[in-house]
Amino acid sequence: MRRRSFIKTTSAAGVVVAAAPAIWSEAKAQARNETLLIVGESPPNSMDIHGVGANRPAYEVSWNTHDRLMTYGVKKDANGNDHYDYTKLEPELATEWDLKPNSVTFKLRRDAKFHDGTPITAKDVKWSFDRAVTVGGFPTFQMAAGSLEKPDQFVVVDDNTFRVDFIRSDKLTMPDIGVPVPVIMNSELCKKNATATDPWAMEWCKNNHASGGAYKVERWQPGQEVVYARNDDWKNGPLPKIKRVVMRIIPSAGNRRALLERGDADLSFDLPSKDFSELKSSPKLTVIGTPIENAMMYLGMNVNQKPFDNVKVRQAVAYAVPYQQIMDSVMFGQAIPLFGGADNKFKGVYWPQKDGYKTDIAKAKALMAEAGYPQGFETTLSFDLGLASTNEPLTVLVQESLAQIGIKTTINKIPGANWRGELLKKNMPMITNAFGGWLNYPEYFFFWCYHGQNAVFNTMGYKNPAMDALIDKARFTTGPEYEAAVKGFIDMAFEEVPRVPIYQPLLNVAMQKNVTGYRYWFHRQLDYRQLAKG
Amino acid sequence: MLKLLLSRLATAIPSIVGVVVVTFMLTRLLPGDPAAYFAGLAASPQAIAEVRTKLGLDKSLPAQFVGYIVDLAHGNLGNSLSTGQPVVAEIATRLPASAELTLFALILAVGIAIPLGVLAAVKQGTWIDHLCRIVTTAGVSLPVFFTGLLFAYVFYYLLQWAPAPSGRLDVFLSPPTHITGFYLIDSALTGNMEVFWGALRQLALPAISMAIFSLAPLARMTRGSMLSVLGSDFIRTARASGLAPGTVVFTYAFRNAVLPVITVLGMVFSFLLGANVLVETVFAWPGIGLYAVNALITSDYAPVQGFVLTMAVLYVALNLAIDLLYGLVDPRVRLDS
Repeated sequence: MRRRSFIKTTSAAGVVVAAAPAIWSEAKAQARNETLLIVGESPPNSMDIHGVGANRPAYEVSWNTHDRLMTYGVKKDANGNDHYDYTKLEPELATEWDLKPNSVTFKLRRDAKFHDGTPITAKDVKWSFDRAVTVGGFPTFQMAAGSLEKPDQFVVVDDNTFRVDFIRSDKLTMPDIGVPVPVIMNSELCKKNATATDPWAMEWCKNNHASGGAYKVERWQPGQEVVYARNDDWKNGPLPKIKRVVMRIIPSAGNRRALLERGDADLSFDLPSKDFSELKSSPKLTVIGTPIENAMMYLGMNVNQKPFDNVKVRQAVAYAVPYQQIMDSVMFGQAIPLFGGADNKFKGVYWPQKDGYKTDIAKAKALMAEAGYPQGFETTLSFDLGLASTNEPLTVLVQESLAQIGIKTTINKIPGANWRGELLKKNMPMITNAFGGWLNYPEYFFFWCYHGQNAVFNTMGYKNPAMDALIDKARFTTGPEYEAAVKGFIDMAFEEVPRVPIYQPLLNVAMQKNVTGYRYWFHRQLDYRQLAKG
Repeated sequence: MLKLLLSRLATAIPSIVGVVVVTFMLTRLLPGDPAAYFAGLAASPQAIAEVRTKLGLDKSLPAQFVGYIVDLAHGNLGNSLSTGQPVVAEIATRLPASAELTLFALILAVGIAIPLGVLAAVKQGTWIDHLCRIVTTAGVSLPVFFTGLLFAYVFYYLLQWAPAPSGRLDVFLSPPTHITGFYLIDSALTGNMEVFWGALRQLALPAISMAIFSLAPLARMTRGSMLSVLGSDFIRTARASGLAPGTVVFTYAFRNAVLPVITVLGMVFSFLLGANVLVETVFAWPGIGLYAVNALITSDYAPVQGFVLTMAVLYVALNLAIDLLYGLVDPRVRLDS
C-alpha cells in the first residue's frame, strides 16, 4: 500500500506547509528593518544606461549606482512633498564650477573613489562623456539635446579639474549634465574589459559595474530582482539611510497591491489609477501623486490627411472630446485637467497648461458644418495596447462622443511592440498617446512634438514654418523675447489644435507610512538615496 | 531496446528541423519592429537604423537564417534584448523553476487522482464515486489563473497562511548553491533547511492550483480505464478463483488499466510545462512561460525561438520516455515494437 501511505504523507505535508509559521531568525527581522522592498512591473535589461535599448528601470539602476557631476536641488511642491528643483544645480562629484560664456570648468571632489577603490579623476569624466556622445542611440541623442556633441568639447585640465567647451550658447547644456545619461564611469576598469571591436566595453558593462555611486548592486537576477547594498564610502552626498534595497518584479498588479496592503512590500509605482485612488483612503499607506512635468495625454490628428488637414474639423473634435467623463471614469480623478480654461490663450511660461476647449457638442456640430462635413465622416482611432488600461476605456468614450457629431470611428488596437513603428510611419489618422520631456522647458516639449523637424513624437506630422521660427527662437533667447516666443507658439498650438490636450498624468507612488523622504524626479524613477524607513 | 531508442530518436529529427524553420519564419512574420522598440524613447530614424544594423536585422532573411543556424550549431541561441542576457543562460535558470513547479504539481495531482479514480471505479455509485465526479468537474471548470488568484487572495491576503506570492523565495532569503536548479533539492543537498522551508512554502500555492487543474483528466481516465478492466473476463475469473479483493484490484486490474493513464499523464505534463504562464504571472514565478510571453510582447525574437526550440526538444524527449515506459508496464507493447 505504498500509494496510500504516499497520499497520507503528501496531504499531511500540505497541511504543515500551509500552517507553518514564518521562520524569522533574529538577524532577519533586523535585516527587514534596514531593507527597502520595492515591487515593480518591469525589470531592468541592462546595468549600463548607454547600452542599446536600455529601458527605464535600467535608468533607475544607473541613477542610484553612479555619480554625475551635478545634481538638482530640492523644493516643496504644492502638497508639501519633496520635488527636485530644475532651477537649482547642486554639487555631486563636482564641488564647484565656473560657468563662462564659452565653457564651464568643474572642480572634482578629491577623496571620491569608485567601488573598487580607484580615485575618481578628470580622465574618468572625460572618458565617460566621450562614451556618451560616441556610442550612438539614445545617450548620444540626449547629450546632443544640450549641445554636447563632440569629444573635443571635453577637456582634462588636471586630475581634479574638467572643462566642457560649448559649441553654441544653449541654456539646456548645464541642465543636461545633470540628467541620468552623463554618468561617471571607471575608465580604467572599463578599458581592461574592452576589446578591439568593442572599445567602449559595451558588452561587459551590460552585466557589470564600473561605478562609484551611493549604492552597489549586490545581486542581479535578470527579470526577477535587483539587490543593492549601500556604498558606505560614498563621498558625493550625504550617506543614504537605507542599507539595502531590494527591487523585485511582481507581474500581477493585484498582487503588488496585496503585498503593499499586507505590509510585505514597502513601495510601488506600478499600480492602476483605480488602485491608487482607492489606496489614498487607506490608513496604512501613503500615496503621493505628483503631476508629471512637461507631459500630457492627448488626442492627435494627422494634419496631412483629409479631413484632419482642415483646422475647423480639428477644432470640432476638440469640442467633442468627453473630457470630464475621461477624468472621472478612466483616471478616477488621478490626473490634472488640461481643458476648460478661461480662453484659448497662453497663460504663462509653463507647460502643459489648460486650453479653452470643453465638451460642447452643439459648437462641434456647427464647426463640422462650416468645414463642409455636416454629415460627418469615417476614420480610425489607434492606440498602444501596451497601455490598454488607460487607452481602451478612453478611446471608447471618445468614439461614443464623436459619433454624436457624425464621426464614425473604428478603434484600432496596436500591440506595444508595434506601436513605435506605426508612429514612425505617421499614417494613422487619429491616435491617443502620451509624451513627457525630461527637461522642464516648454520649448523642449514643442521641439519634440510640434517642430517641423518632424521627430517621432510629432505624431501629427505638423509642419508650420511660423511655429518652427518661434520654437527655435525660444531655445536660444531669454527675457521678454523668450516669453513672447513661448506665448506665440502656445497660442498657435491651441488655435491650430493638431493635438488635443486631455490631461496631465500624475506619477503615483504608494508606500508604507514609515517610509519617508520620497522625492519626485523628472526621470520618474526612484532615488533611493533620500529615502528613510522607521 | 537500444535499437528502439535510436529509431525513435531518428524520427524526432525532422520535427526538430521543422520547428527550427517554422519558429524562425513565424517570429519574422510577427508585426512589430524590434529596432524601433529598442531604440528607445527619443530615437531618430538614423538611431533606429543604427540599432537595426547592430541587431543584424538589416540583412536579408536567408542571411539571417544562416547566421541563426551557425549560432545554433555552436549552442548559441542569441541574446535577449529585454533582459539583456544570453538566451541559453536564461533558459538554463528558468527551466528548472518551471520544471520544479510542474513536477511538484504533477506528483501532487497523481497522488490524489489515481487513488481517487481507482476507488471511484471499485466502489462505483457510492459517495466516493460522486466525490470523484465533483472534484474532476470542478477541476476542469476552474481555470488555473482563477484558482491561483483565489488562493492568493484567501490564503495570503485574508488568512496570511501562505507567504507573499513574490516568486521562488522570500525576499530575505538567498537562493541555495546551484546544483540542479531545483531549490528544494539544492537546499536539501546543502542542508539549508531554512531555504528548504522557504522554497516549499512559496511552492505550495502555485503547485496546488496547477494540481487541481491537472487532477481532472487523470482521475477520469483512471476511473474509466479501471471500470472497463474490472468488467473484463480475467477479473471475473480471478474473483471466482477466490483471490483477495486487494490482489484482484491492484495486481491484476490496476496494472492493466494504467497504460492509458500514462498517456494522459504525458499529455498533462507537457501541457502544464508550456501553459503554466498564467500561474507564473499570478505568483511572480520566474519560469520559462513568463519569459516567453514577455519576449513575445516586446518582439524579442531570440528568446521566443529559444523557447519554442527547448519546448520541442522537451516534448520529443517526453514522448520517448513515455514510449519506453509503456514497454516496462506492458510486455505486449514491447513485443509489438
